[in-house]
Amino acid sequence: MSLLKELETSKLRSDLPAFNVGDTIRVYSRIKEGEKERVQYFEGIVIGFHRNAIASTFKVRKESYGVGVERTYPMHSPLLEKIVVKKKGDVRRAKLFFLREVSGKKARIREKKDWLGKKGVAVPAEGTADRPAEGAAAESAAPAADTTETKE
Amino acid sequence: MKTGIIGKKLGMTQVFDADGKVIPVTVIEAGPCTVVQRKTSRGDGYDAVQIGFGPKKAHRVGQPMIGHFRKAGKGAFGKLKEVRVPAESPLDAGQEIHVDIFREGDFVDVTGQTKGRGFTGLIKRWNFRGGRATHGSMFHRAPGSIGASAWPSRVIKNMKMAGHYGNEKVTVLNLKVIGVQPEKNLLLVRGAVPGAKNSLVFVRHAVKKGNTAVS
Repeated sequence: MSLLKELETSKLRSDLPAFNVGDTIRVYSRIKEGEKERVQYFEGIVIGFHRNAIASTFKVRKESYGVGVERTYPMHSPLLEKIVVKKKGDVRRAKLFFLREVSGKKARIREKKDWLGKKGVAVPAEGTADRPAEGAAAESAAPAADTTETKE
Repeated sequence: MKTGIIGKKLGMTQVFDADGKVIPVTVIEAGPCTVVQRKTSRGDGYDAVQIGFGPKKAHRVGQPMIGHFRKAGKGAFGKLKEVRVPAESPLDAGQEIHVDIFREGDFVDVTGQTKGRGFTGLIKRWNFRGGRATHGSMFHRAPGSIGASAWPSRVIKNMKMAGHYGNEKVTVLNLKVIGVQPEKNLLLVRGAVPGAKNSLVFVRHAVKKGNTAVS
């Protein structure tokens, strides 16, 4: 590894949780008001990453009183106190900039289904009703596992 | 000890300061440089040290330089540079200069050879604005008028025109030192520095911040 890369890697933050595009997260960041310092949070949907080692950033968007608000945070900034992932989003693109053009029902992000968890452990009761449709769409191994568990 | 040091520009990145602000920095692998020769006012008429940076293969060194390098006894160097020092400076042949001559918060001047851009038009070379691209302007990237006609009947000197741009020695003054890592010979300097990646640069204490002129 080159000295420059080594230097950059040594300054990356690894203490923040992993999150992805489409997730709803709450970003706690320290801000300075005059002399005082306090922690402010901003909750919204991650609409994109700009990945570039230490210069990486991510964009969070939310609707506030009918006005779209977007904030860009440096991923490795020491000002980020913590990040809490509220919801996992199921999206099919890397940048969700289309959210700027839509509102209301169209601006919803489907929540990610926990397929692996379903295979392993007992399925929650309320999930059984819509299972057949989803099971057909998923890979063949998934429905087989599901049926055995429902019998139990 | 106010001297200079030769280094290699590694490239640019960014760091966060104590307030979380992003600072653009250039990373320079600075030194270690070896003093190859000490010049004194008694013998040479002025006080200076000749410093060497970067190893050079022995079979690539010519006979005259073999003798020169032998006096310092630290091998051959690819790049030599003379740096003026005060008469009382303790530096002598064979000694090494490390990046720790600089401290965080110091100001430095950085000299380098800018990227060669070849024969360049006015817009890139002199920041001319050029004309409109469409609507039949017929004036795109041309220089426009370069002077009057009957008098003076010539183009005045130093008229900004197209020509060779770049590949020249440029010194950037008063760059702040953001970080020093002596164990890796790294110097982090705020802002940009002339030259391509892996090109050699010369770093000295900023002369316009009250340091004696070197180089």
